[in-house]
Amino acid sequence: MAKRDGTSIPTEPMRTEEPSELLRELVAHLRQNRTQLREEWVVRITETRLLTAMTKEEIFAEATSVYDSYVEALETEAFEALQAYARNLSERIIPRGVETHEVVGIVLLLRDVLARSLFAKYQNDFKKLNRILDAYEPAANRIANTVAVGFVQERERVIRQQQEAIRELSTPVLQVRERLLILPIIGVIDPQRARQLTEQLLRGIRTNRAKVVVIDITGVAAMDLTVANNLVQTVEASRLLGATVIVTGLSPEIAQTLVTIGVDLGKMNTVGDLQGGIEQAERLLGYKVEKLAEPR
Amino acid sequence: MEVPILKQGAVLIATFQAALSDADLNQLRMGLVQQVVKFRSRAVIVDVTAMDVMDSFASRTLREIAHMIRLRGAETVIVGIQPEVAFAMVQLGLTLEGVATALDLEEGLAYLNEKFKTAN
Repeated sequence: MAKRDGTSIPTEPMRTEEPSELLRELVAHLRQNRTQLREEWVVRITETRLLTAMTKEEIFAEATSVYDSYVEALETEAFEALQAYARNLSERIIPRGVETHEVVGIVLLLRDVLARSLFAKYQNDFKKLNRILDAYEPAANRIANTVAVGFVQERERVIRQQQEAIRELSTPVLQVRERLLILPIIGVIDPQRARQLTEQLLRGIRTNRAKVVVIDITGVAAMDLTVANNLVQTVEASRLLGATVIVTGLSPEIAQTLVTIGVDLGKMNTVGDLQGGIEQAERLLGYKVEKLAEPR
Repeated sequence: MEVPILKQGAVLIATFQAALSDADLNQLRMGLVQQVVKFRSRAVIVDVTAMDVMDSFASRTLREIAHMIRLRGAETVIVGIQPEVAFAMVQLGLTLEGVATALDLEEGLAYLNEKFKTAN
């Protein structure tokens, strides 16, 4: 730097760049060397035996889009967009059987591959390398974090969806005779499942024009007060649709719960077991079951 | 709003419309009982298939209709309560206790047939 009187003040041998300049330089380098770095990354992925559920072509295609999103995130620092991208990517690859550790693994591999290329490029300028890494590392770590979180969120969404499907499947309303439905309940009933059960049953009564319903709760270990009340409501609502409900298979614990909440047992028709319940239902409907011959 | 009341032998069939005001319900209560007297009916079927909501006033009115008609020696059957309506009703504690119910008109008539058969 020159002073006005002609003498000069010794200056720093190098001007210190702004962090944003460093980032731009970094991004430019990653874009220029895109093909080579991406290739290197795919090789590392295969070496570490990640994404084994996908073909080479698929890995290459996904790698390209991940690489570009990675560099763009470094450039724009738009991490929300990256998270949306990560969820989108997860939606595609989770059904292929890709695990969380694989996704986190490949993102970390990319981080390493890019870091190595930075070491190589700035190997003669240790101070600059440090400054570049100062800009790179926090951003790279945030990217790895964002992608992992996005992936996990998507997995959780899928799990919730599957739980819902299981809930639906596990409450079948079965017609065993004309006008007779059976609802075998197995497992844990939470208030949500209880509500769903009631709705399914009422629809089933209307569709099948059922006059008697046997609700078997042999497979239910325990019931809280909310669910017990829901059971009573189910019986009452069924009556409004002209159907009689017989509840079978009450365990001693559940019987205790019902007595505790003061269920008017005159309103609830109960029989010991499913067989007894079906027999009573048949009687109510006017059926008589007769044995014709010994089974062969 | 006029509620159509049809006569089928000894049975009167009243078909409730979707949006009945409290005034309509009050009118119906008197009207139905008068019809029972006029035709010496043995039963009334109230078809609420078109009602997509049943509040406590409607529910109480139905029970009162049934009680008044019973005082005339006739039976009342409420038919056509929709699953969603039934669910909502029991959650509010409106169980139509003491009033006969059936799935639909066909079931209601079958129920009355049985009842009259055994009574005769």
